[in-house]
Amino acid sequence: MGAGHAHALYQHGHSTVHRMGPEAKLAAGFASVVAIATTPREAVWAFALHAAVLAAVVTAAELPPRFVLRRLAIVLPFVAFAFTIPFVAGGEEVTVLGVGLSRDGLWGTWNVLAKAVLGASVSIVVAGTTEEARIFKGLERLRVPVAITLIATFMLRYLTLIADELRRTRVAMRARGYAPRWLWEARPVASAAGAVFVRSYERGERVHAAMLARGFTGTMPELDTRTATRADWLRGATVAGVVAATALAAAVTT
Amino acid sequence: MRALAVAAHGLVFSYPDGHRALDGFDLEVSAGERVALLGPNGAGKTTFALHLNGIHVAEAGTVAIGDLRVAEPDLAEVRRRVGLVFQHADDQLFMPSVREDVAFGPANLGLRGGELDGRVERALVAVGAADVADRAPHHLSGGEKRRVALATVLAMEPDVLVLDEPTSGLDPAGRRELVEVLRSLAQTQIVITHDLPFALELCERAVIVDHGRVVAEGATAAVLGDAELLRAHRLELPYGFDPAVASRGR
Repeated sequence: MGAGHAHALYQHGHSTVHRMGPEAKLAAGFASVVAIATTPREAVWAFALHAAVLAAVVTAAELPPRFVLRRLAIVLPFVAFAFTIPFVAGGEEVTVLGVGLSRDGLWGTWNVLAKAVLGASVSIVVAGTTEEARIFKGLERLRVPVAITLIATFMLRYLTLIADELRRTRVAMRARGYAPRWLWEARPVASAAGAVFVRSYERGERVHAAMLARGFTGTMPELDTRTATRADWLRGATVAGVVAATALAAAVTT
Repeated sequence: MRALAVAAHGLVFSYPDGHRALDGFDLEVSAGERVALLGPNGAGKTTFALHLNGIHVAEAGTVAIGDLRVAEPDLAEVRRRVGLVFQHADDQLFMPSVREDVAFGPANLGLRGGELDGRVERALVAVGAADVADRAPHHLSGGEKRRVALATVLAMEPDVLVLDEPTSGLDPAGRRELVEVLRSLAQTQIVITHDLPFALELCERAVIVDHGRVVAEGATAAVLGDAELLRAHRLELPYGFDPAVASRGR
């Protein structure tokens, strides 16, 4: 079953960060990412400070550092690309280990590297301490349209089922000797995908019937009463505030 | 005579593609009775079930649940009274956690706080699933899903339970647990099933549906004992199963 992937991003725990209302966490996370992204690249001390704040949050969240590092692998492709900048960028050159590199390009690499790692870390902490369904609940409370958060919630619920269906279809195709090697042999894949789509659509209708049968009238009842408290907002504001203040100070001094 | 829990008369219904799924369907079920709806695939059993709470609306005929006609303005109350357990539990369990799923129905009825929590707790205990309350529905086993799906409608405190193929895909232990749960419930039950021993075990009365109408009914043991009748409607007992012997053991 593909069900195991449902919690790939979430690390179960009971830390202060885990218990925070999702809306406060998301708002603080978003504000922090914006502040990190707008920090001038030359202010290396500011990035060190951002990293220190993040490390403190990771500790408070009781997330194992390995958990964060492993998930940071997602930024690798971007970072790998960034390492080509010094070779292709123009301007003043510096010699590193006998190779002439663009000074501006080196700053560019640093800029991408620092911001990608720090920004992704913020997302990893938010996703690692908030169950997926509560993330969408938080977005809803931050006034993201209900239609969008509902679609996302249902997608999350049924994604594993649809993936399972696709996998079974693929096994069934292979069992009947289908082993495509060329693009023109892909037609059965397309029709299988079409069949899964139609089945998903029909499932949607059945789910809707099941909802109507239990008195659904168009709005989801508010069941998750764990909203962000004043203390949650204060904690979020403190973290985001420190990061933003650092970014502002860096912008003023450079 | 006991009061009628369900009264359906002369139901006619066609799907948009023109297929006539119900063609003069009549059925009366007394309060507290357990009735098995038997019949081949495509006979109209599920279509009938969807008329009991107004998801489908008949072109002709009437359905009443107790003293209420299944129609506006009473549809909300009808949907509270009729608990429909769908064939595929995955269609019924759409919320992120079991607890929220069981709470969905009563919350739509306007319940909140302690009253809502109590309903959810009682429903989960009734089906023996209190220990999975905080799990995600897609992480449950087939048997657990089926029982939780039952809990989602029990939480609405319905008068009538309608179960569509409740034993399909269950292993023998899951099936036995379901029988035990259903026998412990006081509600009127209409059970759509191809599992004839299950029908015999649970329901005192059986109704055979074919071509969109009721074609035969009687005591379950008698209906299942009529080999000719079963054959005429594509129903078959499992190899070696003798309903007369099986019902003697009860």
